[in-house]
Amino acid sequence: MIGSIHAWSTIVSAFLASSVEAVEALTVVLAVGVVRGWRSALLGTLAAVGLLVALVAIFGRALGQIPVSVLQLVVGGLLLLFGMRWLRKAMLRSAGVIDLHDEAAIYNKEIHALSGGSEAARANSPKAWDLIAIATAFKAVTLEGVEVIVIVIALGAVQGLLIPASLGALAACLLVVVAGLALRGPLARVPENSLKFVVGILMSAFGLFWFGEGIGLQWPYADAAILGLMAILAIASWLGVRVASRAKAAGKRVGAHGATA
Amino acid sequence: MNILTRMVRGLVGLFVDDGTLALTLIVVLATVSALAHVGAIGKSLAMALLVAGSVGALLVNVIRAAKSSGLRTVVGARDRES
Repeated sequence: MIGSIHAWSTIVSAFLASSVEAVEALTVVLAVGVVRGWRSALLGTLAAVGLLVALVAIFGRALGQIPVSVLQLVVGGLLLLFGMRWLRKAMLRSAGVIDLHDEAAIYNKEIHALSGGSEAARANSPKAWDLIAIATAFKAVTLEGVEVIVIVIALGAVQGLLIPASLGALAACLLVVVAGLALRGPLARVPENSLKFVVGILMSAFGLFWFGEGIGLQWPYADAAILGLMAILAIASWLGVRVASRAKAAGKRVGAHGATA
Repeated sequence: MNILTRMVRGLVGLFVDDGTLALTLIVVLATVSALAHVGAIGKSLAMALLVAGSVGALLVNVIRAAKSSGLRTVVGARDRES
């Protein structure tokens, strides 16, 4: 029962986190394809996927040599930093402190940059092999892909759940690619901030759990303690967003008072 | 060298967005780990400190960022007016 909770929460976490990264990569690849041609965009993407497969093969083997307690300590710490980074951003966005991530705006910005800012350039027939297009697609897929690998390793390596975590990530990438091809545009409808909120909570909970196990703590109710940690983080984040919204308004009032005094 | 620096920066950027939050979390993890290792605190207290310290660090960081953002909005608007 507890083992299946762990496996499913790993798959769901890997799926949600990877879907955010896949949307970001696909937004850039679609922009490259539309402006500079699909052949170069696909070549850059395939080269990046090749590099990522090589990275997985190298690090996948190396992971087997590391003792589990060391892996729990290091991966738990990194996962906590990763999860808290996402959670902080999602909380600040929900509180209106920073702007929401806008895939449509990123898509338009990328198109503007690749077309040299002119609509005429956009209308030009794309070159067969375009180095700028290949490099742009390669860079985007490599950067986001490395994040997916880090997520899969962090979620799957410690308890031998690399395959479920990889399946979750693969399903997310395939789903995003199919949706992206069907829409032929940025996946602006994906509620990215809500996803980041959920993933931030999941990853931080896993990070706390594994770091605790790595330093020799035994959590009550074993793996089910992850659910408790998720609940604590969810309540704290909800409270944090409310307090942050008020703090922002209070900061404005203090600033306005200073201006009139 | 430039590419290597950018790669390292990109990799660090995966885990660190706000330096203060990352540093506070590392201090919390290192402190709890050291105290539990030498046996200065019990395991239950170590768990409580680990969770409360990490969640507390996040909340303090977010609230501070929100407060200073509110102040910046007003100061920015005032600067634009003058």
